[in-house]
Amino acid sequence: MMKQSDNSGVLASDATREATAFRLFTFFGSQSVRSACYQLLLAALLAGFSYWLYSNVVENLHAQRISTGFGFLHQPAHFAIGETLIPYSANDTYTRALVVGFLNTLYVTLCGIVLATLLGFLVGIGRVSRNWLLMKVCVTYVELLRNVPVILHVIFWSMVIRNLPAPRQAIELPGGFLTNRGLTFSVPAAHSGWQWTLLALLAGCVLSLLVSLLARYWRERRSKVLPTGRIRLALIIGLPLMVWWLSGAPHALNTPELRGFNFRGGFTISPEFTALLLGISLYSSAYIAEIVRAGIQSVPKGQLEAARALSFSSWHVMRYVVIPQAMRVMVPPLASKYVSLAKNSSIAVVIGYPELANISNTMMSQTGQALEAIAIMMVVYLVISGTTSLLMNLFNRYVAIKER
Amino acid sequence: MLKKSHLAASALLLALGSFLAPAQAENAPAVNGDTVKKIKARGELVCGVHPARHGFAAINSKGQWEGLDVDFCRALATAVLGDASKVRFTPLSTAQRFMALQSGEVDVLSRNTTATLTNDVSLGISFAPPNFYTGTGFMVRANSGVKKLEDLDGATVCVTPSSTERNVAQIFGSRNIHYTPVVIENNKEYVAAYLAGRCDVIARDKVALPGILAFDTDKPQDHVLLPGMYSKEPLAMAVRKGDNQWYDIVKWVVYATFDAEEMDVNQSNVDEKLKSTDPDVQGLLGVTGGFGQKLGLDDKWVYNIVKQVGNYGDIYNRHFGPKSAEPLDRDLNNQWNKGGLLYGLPIR
Repeated sequence: MMKQSDNSGVLASDATREATAFRLFTFFGSQSVRSACYQLLLAALLAGFSYWLYSNVVENLHAQRISTGFGFLHQPAHFAIGETLIPYSANDTYTRALVVGFLNTLYVTLCGIVLATLLGFLVGIGRVSRNWLLMKVCVTYVELLRNVPVILHVIFWSMVIRNLPAPRQAIELPGGFLTNRGLTFSVPAAHSGWQWTLLALLAGCVLSLLVSLLARYWRERRSKVLPTGRIRLALIIGLPLMVWWLSGAPHALNTPELRGFNFRGGFTISPEFTALLLGISLYSSAYIAEIVRAGIQSVPKGQLEAARALSFSSWHVMRYVVIPQAMRVMVPPLASKYVSLAKNSSIAVVIGYPELANISNTMMSQTGQALEAIAIMMVVYLVISGTTSLLMNLFNRYVAIKER
Repeated sequence: MLKKSHLAASALLLALGSFLAPAQAENAPAVNGDTVKKIKARGELVCGVHPARHGFAAINSKGQWEGLDVDFCRALATAVLGDASKVRFTPLSTAQRFMALQSGEVDVLSRNTTATLTNDVSLGISFAPPNFYTGTGFMVRANSGVKKLEDLDGATVCVTPSSTERNVAQIFGSRNIHYTPVVIENNKEYVAAYLAGRCDVIARDKVALPGILAFDTDKPQDHVLLPGMYSKEPLAMAVRKGDNQWYDIVKWVVYATFDAEEMDVNQSNVDEKLKSTDPDVQGLLGVTGGFGQKLGLDDKWVYNIVKQVGNYGDIYNRHFGPKSAEPLDRDLNNQWNKGGLLYGLPIR
């Protein structure tokens, strides 16, 4: 018994060893482990390569006595910026100047996305219209705008605006002036009441959204249709109006006046911003129109016929049958269009809107720190593009067919 | 499947390996004597210039590069290769210029660059003696009623991304004058913006403004330059740090053009001057002294430069003299003994 057990012990240890070897073999033999190893190896190699590249660059720059590093970002920028969303003066640092540029990029990108989407949807729907004239107009729009490089769009609008009359011969519009210095119009004079009104408007929108969600819940669970239209209208319009009235009904206006070189007071939309916004969003809108068209045409004809058979109005067919299904096809290409719109905003260098690329350019020519400036730009555009596609992916998941 | 991924992995390894092998050799810093060797082997000098600044570097109606900066490139080519025509001009934007020099794309930068401490110590480049002294100037429309800087309160200023942008902030800031900048990189676009009335004033190195008046405006009399110079802009050629021989050549070519003018050796009399008994002139023209050889050049280097390109005065008069398209007072750019700042170190 003992002997046997001894024997078996020996055998067991042998077996264990063999088993370990076998397990190790199967461990590396398995496809998933092997590919994980390759991935790891590749990642390590890439990291090593990047490090080598980085150290090589640093070493060479050092040997050429070119200063490197991001220390200069803390130095005063010593240049002014024409349009800023946050307070900025020439005594602020390069970092703040870059933030100003970044915010301007975001601002023009967001405005561009809204404008391009609106136009794109209108034209895209018009593109599949059964009205021959409307359809042809939309086709012309798409072909005309899509086949011209975006930089020409931007320069074109910049030239159009520049050739408007000078401030002293301004074109008068109701409540404003149009000149080659931009569109200047009256805005309500600063008053704390306006902030409360704005907050009330925001609150009204949120509340109305909640009401509609609630109504939807009621409709889906209790099969009861609630007439929420009036409640929502009251929330969005009535609430701010009431707050405005309660806070003293401020109505003084800050009207632009021609003094010296230009208008003082009021609010001005600059020519550079307008030219860039129009250029990049008109260009993108043509592509978005095509995306919308493709999306609409991807909805099976039977769906439309079924909806019409149920005597849906053509607006309701669009709103409840076509667009929701078309969205699934449209969202991925839309995402990439938005990303390229964000990147196109860097064309501002040519016409002088102070967005990120423009500010970096100034920084580069003042400090000579080209590598650093370009690295910063790359990272920022990467973040903007990454965030855009992330948001669009989330949205895509929301509109995608839910397979339950 | 397995084999394929193996193959791919080893191919990748190989590729990376071959990339890693010749590590540091490329893009090494400039080595003494390297640049001249490269220029001679190539048979031409590569010179970085402004893409379009009349008087300094611009393509004329015959399709040739023309201007003071261009002539200094030709003088360098004459010194090294004995032929003023052996230059290749590379137009560079303000943002590109330093990178082009650092990376070795051009041998020398002759592009209206201001010699400043930061530029000198942090970019790996060295400046030759300034060959043009100027400062920030302003141009406005004649009917704007602007007579002096203080009248510009509230104005919109067109400017390119450069040290001028910084100067404008400093000049206006110190006088508490408010302004809105419009910064446009492209030279043509930026002048066009001013001409279309987008800006009230154009800010730029003062010497560039007559060129804009003469070449870009329809009616030069509709625009005026404000009196006064508002910053110090010593413009100088630049080379990469590390090649002392090349740096010395560039430096002494600049001095030689000054010295030749000071000694009254010019393009039209240089052959007669070869017979001069003045020891300084003999040394300058390589009759005695062997100063060219000390620089690694032909002893006739200054003779060749003056003969083919001219002395500083010849060059200046060609582009800014009374008969040029944009006459400009010599002012600071005169010889030291005539009230200017040009002071060529003696060749002896």
